Amino acid sequence: MVRSRRDQVMAILVVLPSLALLAVFVYGFIAQTVYISLTDWGKGAALALKPEIHFMGAYNYRDLFSGFLNVRFRQDIVNMLFFTVLFVAASLALGLLLATILDQRIRGEAVFRTIFLFPMSLSFIVTGTIWRWLLQPRGGVNVLPTLVGLRPADFLWLTSRDQVLQFDWQALPRLVVMVVALALVAWAAWSAARRRFRTAAITGLPGLVLATWVVLGGAAQLKALPFPEPHGFNLALIGVVTAATWQMSGYTMALYLAGLRTIPDELREAARVDGANTLQVYRYVELPLLAPITWSAIIVLGHIALKIFDLVFAMAGPDNAPTSVPAILMFLTTFRGNELAKGASIAVILLLMVSVLIVPYLVASFRTGRT
Amino acid sequence: MYGRSARVSRWFLQALLVLLAVVYLIPVYLTVITSLKAPADINLMTAWVPPSRPYWESYVTAVKNFAPSLKNSIILSVSATLLSAALGSINGYVLCKWDFPGARFVLPLVVFGMFIPYQSILVPLFQFMRGIGLYGGLPGLVLVHVVYGLPITTLLFRSFYAEIPDELLGAAFIDGADFFGIYRWLILPLSGPPFLVVAIWQFTQIWNEFLFAVTLARPASQPITVALANLAGGQAVSWNLPMAGSVLAALPTVVVYVLLGRYFIRGLLAGALKG
Repeated sequence: MVRSRRDQVMAILVVLPSLALLAVFVYGFIAQTVYISLTDWGKGAALALKPEIHFMGAYNYRDLFSGFLNVRFRQDIVNMLFFTVLFVAASLALGLLLATILDQRIRGEAVFRTIFLFPMSLSFIVTGTIWRWLLQPRGGVNVLPTLVGLRPADFLWLTSRDQVLQFDWQALPRLVVMVVALALVAWAAWSAARRRFRTAAITGLPGLVLATWVVLGGAAQLKALPFPEPHGFNLALIGVVTAATWQMSGYTMALYLAGLRTIPDELREAARVDGANTLQVYRYVELPLLAPITWSAIIVLGHIALKIFDLVFAMAGPDNAPTSVPAILMFLTTFRGNELAKGASIAVILLLMVSVLIVPYLVASFRTGRT
Repeated sequence: MYGRSARVSRWFLQALLVLLAVVYLIPVYLTVITSLKAPADINLMTAWVPPSRPYWESYVTAVKNFAPSLKNSIILSVSATLLSAALGSINGYVLCKWDFPGARFVLPLVVFGMFIPYQSILVPLFQFMRGIGLYGGLPGLVLVHVVYGLPITTLLFRSFYAEIPDELLGAAFIDGADFFGIYRWLILPLSGPPFLVVAIWQFTQIWNEFLFAVTLARPASQPITVALANLAGGQAVSWNLPMAGSVLAALPTVVVYVLLGRYFIRGLLAGALKG
């Protein structure tokens, strides 16, 4: 297109303020947070006008992951990961189910769509407040059985201290090595089955070496902590997962429904002509075509889940340890405990976890120019 | 092709869908009936039983209690939405239709800003706002929402403007339109639907936002989310008020969604960075 030089300069000048603001508010502030996380700023120095701050290197990070007093941080990380996996899986499954049913030329489709999607327009604070009432230990969902004459349930939805799938944080490095070894061996077996023997050898040999090392007890010396420390899935999180899924499954439904509607009917027809029944068309034609949508949904829901803050805050309060997550702990540490450096470290760890999810996605989508 | 089994399964699916819809509406039912009960009638064992007579005073009290924070939320959401949409529009225009040095790297860096956990910028932001004297009030919150809204509004407008053919711009240029002329006479008149999508998205996001609100607003400028969380988090309050407050806090975004759902969904899909 023909452009004058003056206009081109004008175009750049127009976006420059926005870019400068983002450079400061996003990247400048992140850099500052990283710097704060490497200091001992906090406690008395937090409120001082000219605080005396010392550079501490990675001390805060080491302390969070191995310090005796930071057991809550480690459980919060575990909570966050369990919450993320369960919430994303539940939203995907439910959204796919709803979209699949709605795609069958159902009567009243628009009404159903509206019902399933409206929670998405709510604030997590509203959702949290409502579900806090629904999950009262002696009311709400727990007294539902009494409506049909049964005894009320007594599950402590948000305050239960019960844990399942417990593991020892001390043994975490050993567990990681074992998982890596297993994954490598499984990959090798899969490649061998497909006659890709080179890949099989490349993945299988290190896998076997690692596995042998673990079996011989070599990994036993790898200890994340000098003391055993059990962590696991807090059952109290089930309530938070339920509320979050109620709010967000409509989103995956909308994505999947849009995806199903873009599949040309000719494809389905062709499969039917080849003798596929309805289920086979669904399994072998429609589902594979929905895979890219699933990835987008995992990225979007996953990063929301990792950052989850308001929902937990409103549902269980920031002080309820069984449902706490790093985003909440950062808030308490920084604004109530005045431990700015420690709070900054938690924030940086959170940012890194979100980045692991987001950065590859951004790189991939901007490389193919999809946006 | 559709035999009896197909009809049966269709009935089954329809019934399943009705059942699921009922389950999805349970929280709404419980919220509404609880909000219409007198404090004395709220009993955990009878939580599911509707009130014999609606107690409208819950809403009178809730409106009175929440009026200041509702007003704050309206001022905040409307002004931040308009400002960030305006900026997003002009940014989207430039980044879509003009050559920008290093655009291949700038755009992902901009978009990354909408995914970050805001905890990772909160302390420097807090200090910065105090430093420039905007901590605690609505103008400061507006600024924050405008800045952190830039990535999504820019991205949304940019993807909309990509549908405007470059030939149109070339023709306008030949007719003597300059940078602003093209924007004013060509791009802006075509910006109605994208503006609606962006405005709905931003309004919903800002109205529902909590982290910035709870850390950067003094009590006098609290938005509704903070006021509701404070009320519901307190132990002494009876449950009809938080429920009525939830309805009030939910109403604007739900109304927008029901009336303009089509545009809401377009924002959702585009927000997922879908192709």
